[in-house]
Amino acid sequence: MSLQEHPHHHAHGAGHGHSLVPSDPALRTKALESLLTEKGLVDPAAIDAWIDAYERRIGPRRGAAIVARAWVDADFKRRLLQDANAAIAPFGFLGREAQHVVVLENTAAIHNMIVCTLCSCYPWGLLGLPPRWYKAAPYRARAVIDPRGVLREFGLELDEATEVRVWDSTAEIRYMVLPQRPEGSEHMTEEQLAELVTRDSMIGVAQVQVAKAAAR
Amino acid sequence: MSQPDAAPKACADAALQPIRRADGEPLFAEPWEAQVLALAVALQQAGAYTAQEWAEALGAAIRRAQAAGDPDDGSTYYQHVLSALERLVQEKRIASADLLAARKAAWVDAYEHTPHGKPVELRRA
Repeated sequence: MSLQEHPHHHAHGAGHGHSLVPSDPALRTKALESLLTEKGLVDPAAIDAWIDAYERRIGPRRGAAIVARAWVDADFKRRLLQDANAAIAPFGFLGREAQHVVVLENTAAIHNMIVCTLCSCYPWGLLGLPPRWYKAAPYRARAVIDPRGVLREFGLELDEATEVRVWDSTAEIRYMVLPQRPEGSEHMTEEQLAELVTRDSMIGVAQVQVAKAAAR
Repeated sequence: MSQPDAAPKACADAALQPIRRADGEPLFAEPWEAQVLALAVALQQAGAYTAQEWAEALGAAIRRAQAAGDPDDGSTYYQHVLSALERLVQEKRIASADLLAARKAAWVDAYEHTPHGKPVELRRA
């Protein structure tokens, strides 16, 4: 994404020589940024660095690395489920904005999925910023009311005997799902396994499949 | 989990809508969306408010927007972030509504008085 201002409207018809005035939200954001910078509350360079990190580096591959490690290392998995922050710390994925992370294991008997019914709480440090649908009203409302219907919409038909547990994320607790290791992956290396793990499987709206390795 | 008794209508309607997914969507549609989210995170890290206060402010901004007819379909998410941040900045007495409005007007003025091609800067009083 370019960081140039996005011109929203052209003022005063033809012949004007001044710069294009940005959109209303862009101007309000500039007002906030300049005031907060003057008050010493934010550093514009740190703002740019944060944006760059989330646009280029921080994404679901981090969570995928955690999941793959848990699949090949039983002791790591035990520690991950017990105290995720401590287990993940050596990876260096949880920075200053780290929240309390809880990892939920999906099994044949229990399927976990995460939502934030209030707004958009999400394990940013492990999965990057959430997809748009996670922040939209239909998912926020329906994940709680009709989780099986939502899962069907994502193409996941669970066995009737499987218990579905929906976890409502908060400002304090960010959940991540540890999906089931798929059949047919027994011969794979940790690196190859990480490639299989999708963002949606760590939200709990999909399962990991060997055949779908090429998808997201 | 129980639903609040006085759930806004938009919220109830949402329960009937399909979940719209799109592959390869950009994280941010416009630069200000990234900037306003980064500002909200930076202010929280600076200790201006807690994570809990931020989540409550954002949730309240979403409910206010829903009540005003916002589709709340994800396309307006960063408008909610902006509203929440403006309100929290006022509640924490970091900047008043008047100051925010005056600063916005100053930026409009700066854009209108900066020749095209030159960097736009606020004129110091």
